[in-house]
Amino acid sequence: MGTRDRAVYATATPQQRVDAIQAALEARGMNVSEAVEGLDHLAQEQWVPQNGARVVAKAWTDPSFRARLLTNGAAAVAELGIAMPKHHRHLVVLENTPALQNVICCTQCSCTAFTVIGLPPDWYKDLEYRARVVRESRTVLKEMGLDLPPEVEIRVWDTTADTRYMVLPVQPPETVGWAEEKLAEIVSRDSLIGVTRL
Amino acid sequence: MDGIHDLGGKQGFGPVRYTNDARPFHTPWEVRANSLYVFAVRRGIFNMDEYRHAIERMEPRQYLTASYYERSLTSLATLLVEKGVLTHAELEQRAGGRFPLAAPSAPGRTNAVKRERFALGDRVRARDEYVPGHVRMPAYVRGKTGVVVGESPAYPFPDAHAHAVAADDEPTYDVRFRSEDLWPGSADSALIHVGIFQSYLERA
Repeated sequence: MGTRDRAVYATATPQQRVDAIQAALEARGMNVSEAVEGLDHLAQEQWVPQNGARVVAKAWTDPSFRARLLTNGAAAVAELGIAMPKHHRHLVVLENTPALQNVICCTQCSCTAFTVIGLPPDWYKDLEYRARVVRESRTVLKEMGLDLPPEVEIRVWDTTADTRYMVLPVQPPETVGWAEEKLAEIVSRDSLIGVTRL
Repeated sequence: MDGIHDLGGKQGFGPVRYTNDARPFHTPWEVRANSLYVFAVRRGIFNMDEYRHAIERMEPRQYLTASYYERSLTSLATLLVEKGVLTHAELEQRAGGRFPLAAPSAPGRTNAVKRERFALGDRVRARDEYVPGHVRMPAYVRGKTGVVVGESPAYPFPDAHAHAVAADDEPTYDVRFRSEDLWPGSADSALIHVGIFQSYLERA
């Protein structure tokens, strides 16, 4: 086999494979470009953790919204104009307290309430987090910088069905009385996953 | 299937490669891979359960070494070929090299014959079942007993939905397990909640 033949059998790069799929769909007469450019925009500009941060800030400042959020998450986030995809029919909001830390994961794939808390970061999708967080929760959180006192209970939520989860972090006491917009700025994506406290 | 994707509780992995506020995407092709699969789902070419299952069907060596969005584009391409939208030869020709696809699927199954409605607080056991096709019950709860703490609206049953098998939608239950019961003597103490479809459960 000559050099040229061997080159044919090398695996194409991910970029080449993505381009091949799009070009092949275009060749079938599907108007892909416009649709995927719109989706690129959604993924980068709309499905972001600032949505979840707004939800948390509202919950911290409006007790009746907080109650609705904890009862029916999907309906409550819809009040703020945040939609969920058709296959996410249920959003369960997990309320942290000083004595309780909720943490979310997806051991089998990488499911998240991505329209609310943003598309997940690498580490959430990596093999290490998926394998370990259910079995070694306290150790993993400590390695990630969250060293919880032994009396704090950990609850891990594995996203193995179409129910989606969001953690409601504890409001830092020094921020009580702040305006909603200012509160939203301190809510990080990782606090919505539950691997950090604010 | 007892595939390589079912990672919960597997040992030997190193530290989580954690960086504060890591970004979901690093290159434009990752964004595009994500958009293309969402496009296909929105066009009704395949559903999310088929998409997940095609990722799970990747050969383990390939699965473990592929990045997340490489798994995503492999599932997308596999399903487009299996559905007859594209051919594998065309994809390889356009890509200018090999384009590995996932392995073929085993048959799916419909809902369990006996399904029970559970109430909050009920003790339930994850059935001791071995399913060749798609299943969303993680192996680490198989045969284990927990307590129902939540119930979802009805969803399509994934074992059927991933295989174009007819089935009723069914609820899932959030079942709370103790890590000490899942991995006796070999786990950090915690409560582990798993969303479990009704067909996978029996009263304990």
